[in-house]
Amino acid sequence: MIYLDNAATTLCKPPQVEKAMLDALRTAGNPGRGAHEPTLHASRLVYAAREAVAELLHAPDPSCIAFAANATEALNIALAGLLAPGDHVITTVCEHNSVLRPLYRLEEQGAELSFTPVDEKARLQYDQWEKLLRPNTRALVVTGASNVTGNGTDLQKAAQFAHRHGLLFIVDGAQTAGAQPMDVQQLGVDVLCFTGHKALLGPQGTGGLYLRPGLSVAPLLVGGSGVHSFDQHHPTQMPTALEAGTLNVPGLAGLCAGVQWLLEQDVERLAQREAELAALFYEQVRDLPAVKVYGDMTMIPRAPIVSLNIGSEDSARVADILWEEYGICVRAGAHCAPRMHQALGTEEQGVVRFSFSHFNTKEDVLCAAKAVRELAQEI
Amino acid sequence: MRIKRPYIVLSFHTTLEAMEWEKHCLASRIPGRLIPLPREISAGCGLAWRMLPEEWELWQTKLEGCRFEAVTTVEQ
Repeated sequence: MIYLDNAATTLCKPPQVEKAMLDALRTAGNPGRGAHEPTLHASRLVYAAREAVAELLHAPDPSCIAFAANATEALNIALAGLLAPGDHVITTVCEHNSVLRPLYRLEEQGAELSFTPVDEKARLQYDQWEKLLRPNTRALVVTGASNVTGNGTDLQKAAQFAHRHGLLFIVDGAQTAGAQPMDVQQLGVDVLCFTGHKALLGPQGTGGLYLRPGLSVAPLLVGGSGVHSFDQHHPTQMPTALEAGTLNVPGLAGLCAGVQWLLEQDVERLAQREAELAALFYEQVRDLPAVKVYGDMTMIPRAPIVSLNIGSEDSARVADILWEEYGICVRAGAHCAPRMHQALGTEEQGVVRFSFSHFNTKEDVLCAAKAVRELAQEI
Repeated sequence: MRIKRPYIVLSFHTTLEAMEWEKHCLASRIPGRLIPLPREISAGCGLAWRMLPEEWELWQTKLEGCRFEAVTTVEQ
């Protein structure tokens, strides 16, 4: 099997991840709910995960990191907790439904939305932002990179625009956290939402958000906190404020191991390797007459994604043949990013997405390219 | 019941602060341990750090800059 669906979930993890999870399953009690050794051990595991993520993102303090089940939950917390009816939000057509659907719900409650368009290579049209501004614009919400094309967002440019106009700067880091170096302080990010099971190399069921110190978010969930049991209101201090209920300690132990591995290995070096693998694949398929590749492969930074179609063939059929006949795992279809597909004109066909990991080999890439070449001749 | 004696008990705003504190104390070999928050104290975190008064006198200058909510003397 050749696994090229890393933008969905990274399958190959460092061995430390599963070891940490198993250890936690056997030894961790409930974090923050007592002072015997198993519960203290659980609290220490969670704290270590917070420290590791804070270090990776260059957050000023581990208390800026609140954990959630995934990027979708983190985005729901951030968007519902910071925005209100009457607010105007500038976002982009590149966004995943994890951003779009919470925003649509806010729109139904009276918020206003504007979408930044893209050009024929799916590049964001940054010059539109000034025109989209309104007196009630409250936030700029952008993805770090499109999960469909891999095109990266110029976060420096986005931050400058947001800061110039006093907007909240909210980043969906699902495709970029752990995949590219990130300094939330230098960039001036207000909120960065991340998932644990992609480039951070943790397990599914983990994720969270970085919240700039001083920024207050109304919690999505309230409930058990382990403290102030007789208070009718949930505690307001970070990170407890956004973490009602028992945390996923085995998952966070795995996430911690994944992030610590990334810190040891150097994200920049791993990103370079992934970029080289994606570029190699692109070079192999770009000139095939029946193949159409989406996005701008020259863009820096970009996620290690190459999405394509073969003629007018259904992307689902292509993906199925790749799995059945070649043992290659890719993602097909609409990728939960409807506006991106509308911009690309692939609402019906979808796209076949090849997404690479630094754990992939050059042989994996060449094998996948050969399969595409053969299918392109056939179809 | 056992005879009680006075302890210095430090309380915290959050569990995170308690973890931060414990990490610092372990790294600096500062004596004491985390205990459940005694009922005499109200704090944001259910954990507290307990140490002997004489140890507190000795070590408190090494703990400047660390975050905690309050210092209380408690008979335990």
